[in-house]
Amino acid sequence: MKFLRQTAAVFLVAIFIATLFAGILAPAPYARQFRESPNALPSRIHLLGTDELGRDLFSRLLYGSRVSLLLAPAASLLATIIAALVGGVAGYVGGWIERIALAGTDLSMSLPWLFLLLTVRAVLPLNLPPAASLLITFGLLGFFGWAASARVICAGARGLRNSDFVLQAKACGCSSQRVLLQQVLPNLRPVLYAQFLISIPVFILTEANLGILGLGVSEPLPSWGGLLRGLENWSAVQANPARLAPLVLLFVVVSCFQLVMPQEDFAS
Amino acid sequence: MRTHRLALLAAGFLLAALPAKPQSGGELRFVLRSEPKTFDPMLVDEEASETIRYLTGGVLIRVNRKTQALEPELAVSWKVSEGGKKISFRAREGLLFSDGTPFTAEDVAFTMQKLMNPDLHSPTGDSFRSSQGPVRVTTANPRDVTIEFPAPVAGLERLFDQVAVVSSHSPKKEAAVLGPFVVAEYKSGSYVLLKRNPLYWKKDARGRRLPYLDSIRLDIQQNRDLELLRFKRNEIQLINSLDASYFENLAKEAPSAVRDIGPSLDSEQIWFNQVPSAPIPDYKKNWFRSTSFRLAISEAINRDDLCRVVFGSHARPAVGPVSPANLFWFDKSLQPHPYDPQAALRRLQQEGFRLDGHVLNDPGGHAVEFSVVTNAGNKYREQMAAMIQQDLEQIGIRLNIVTLDFPSLIERISRTFDYELCLLGLVNVDLDPSAQMSVWLSSSSNHQWNPEQKSPATSWEAEIDRLMQAQASTNDQNQRKRYFDQVQKIVWEQQPFIYLVNKNALVVISPALANTSPVVLRPQTFWNVETLYFSNQGRGASQ
Repeated sequence: MKFLRQTAAVFLVAIFIATLFAGILAPAPYARQFRESPNALPSRIHLLGTDELGRDLFSRLLYGSRVSLLLAPAASLLATIIAALVGGVAGYVGGWIERIALAGTDLSMSLPWLFLLLTVRAVLPLNLPPAASLLITFGLLGFFGWAASARVICAGARGLRNSDFVLQAKACGCSSQRVLLQQVLPNLRPVLYAQFLISIPVFILTEANLGILGLGVSEPLPSWGGLLRGLENWSAVQANPARLAPLVLLFVVVSCFQLVMPQEDFAS
Repeated sequence: MRTHRLALLAAGFLLAALPAKPQSGGELRFVLRSEPKTFDPMLVDEEASETIRYLTGGVLIRVNRKTQALEPELAVSWKVSEGGKKISFRAREGLLFSDGTPFTAEDVAFTMQKLMNPDLHSPTGDSFRSSQGPVRVTTANPRDVTIEFPAPVAGLERLFDQVAVVSSHSPKKEAAVLGPFVVAEYKSGSYVLLKRNPLYWKKDARGRRLPYLDSIRLDIQQNRDLELLRFKRNEIQLINSLDASYFENLAKEAPSAVRDIGPSLDSEQIWFNQVPSAPIPDYKKNWFRSTSFRLAISEAINRDDLCRVVFGSHARPAVGPVSPANLFWFDKSLQPHPYDPQAALRRLQQEGFRLDGHVLNDPGGHAVEFSVVTNAGNKYREQMAAMIQQDLEQIGIRLNIVTLDFPSLIERISRTFDYELCLLGLVNVDLDPSAQMSVWLSSSSNHQWNPEQKSPATSWEAEIDRLMQAQASTNDQNQRKRYFDQVQKIVWEQQPFIYLVNKNALVVISPALANTSPVVLRPQTFWNVETLYFSNQGRGASQ
């Protein structure tokens, strides 16, 4: 198990380094269209082949990984922080605050976020550079994606509310704020980790779906979501199975995240 | 003996040279991509209902989809007079509706009166409405009918291709038809079954009554992937229009079934927002109103690459509003603007633009950057936008691509005018330029680059207005062609729409089906449905 964890950690570090140095490692700019060779098979020039417009898939995967590996966790972190605040406080305090918080969470989960996201995109200025559209997309995902996690965290906090160590801390005269920050939240860490990890691939896939609806990362900037859209063309995938690379990478990276997490955090 | 052998051999060759005897029977199946909204031929407004009208309705005049010429159907002859205000028909004798009711000129009169009733709100009737006033229909005898409109109607006789004659006496009303098939069964959301009209009037060269097919089953199926899968399973025999990627996919598996018929009437184009009140900076409005700027953009786009890379060579660079598929109205003297980024740059420099490094600046020092909006989810348009983005980058222009859901896009281009450049397609179903009046008249709401103008904003738009009205007010086809050629030339010179490509018409036809002759006009594969039949080999496979 330790070997697996170490291997996963090394792999993740290698991926992060590779994406950070994408400018050096990529054989071609991610937006450059080799129009004479669209849908090319893997070769020495194009390690994973090219897409429909002749863009080098390996370069796009490197840059897309940078985008997704930095921003999907950032969005997941934002969502988890909001969920921890809402769910943690609601679960710990209980009473009418919990009821209101949970009602708000339910309301948030029942809203048609897809249409709200479409509305938000429709009112945004048109001349946004791709980088800005990228930040907005993942920002929105983080801002809107906290509700399900909040319910889980609330349940966890509720379980801790009447635990012996919390009662002892209260009996010792600790303030509610201190109990929450120093006793409850550390004990919620496994739940928070789990929610954080679960949200990463969810946000990556949501970004891919939003791309289909026009809310994703705009061209020519690649992202895993955008690259996964290439799998819609199944005949192209059959012709060049290397097109599955973004899917494989997504699977491996999410698995590695699971492996590197300290197992004792999940023991509870 | 030798003479007899030679005679037998000659007879054998003669028999082999004769066309095979068509086989009667069998059920043709293909897909409707949406639910038909109506079975009333006068209220048809979408493709599924139009398909049923085409297969069941009898018309006075039919546009031959192959030659694009007019041919007599229920009318044996017709005459247009008073500059396109009046048309007289002589009806064919001895015909019966599918329920046995006789067909007379009275039915034509009844159909036209019903069609032109303003309370009916018939989309087909609207195309005849050139001005206010009543339409007079008179029948001199059971064969002759005259229809008089309040004002000349451009391309009048061609419009009758859409008018399915209904019976004035039949208790079945519009269910009694004069076309080759009748609606026998309809299951909402599932299928429409058409059966052979046993009283259909047409016969083949051997004197056999048409159509050859017993029935047509139209399965309602929106999903293109499933449609393709059903064709591969031999559950359907026709696919009327296909995307380039699906076409290529199927071409590998069934090369004898796919057919690229060449450029269709449909085009893809971009246009700049020239609305004076649009919420965009004034310096950008100045760019978009400049003919030189628009021409430079047109020259900087590599249309050949768009056709080859995006459409897999199943498209042609577009010239203007009329596709080369439109045999009569296309102006053959015009050619697509050549791809020449250096010429585009020179043209812009003459207007005071300058290239500083990799950024093009206007005379006021503003970097040339704008956005293109298109509908999200359309793979081809997104790819075209990405290619145009790279083409324009070569002359220092930064293009931002924005894909929007369709309602948001329509809101921006037709109400708020909050956009800079738009990429969309135009689906043409009518050959006659009068169908495009609402696009070209500056006062029209469909004059996309600057709609609903109180008076034409530019002299060339005023000239287009004049020419379009002139072509609509005469019935001399050659004169109309001269007027519309001038419109095409102005559009080519001014580039209010920058036409990109004409997509090819791509269809799929099962080899089991005989006597097929696909064309670019709708309905591409079954326009000659009366004479389609299953070959002996195909019969077994398709049943």
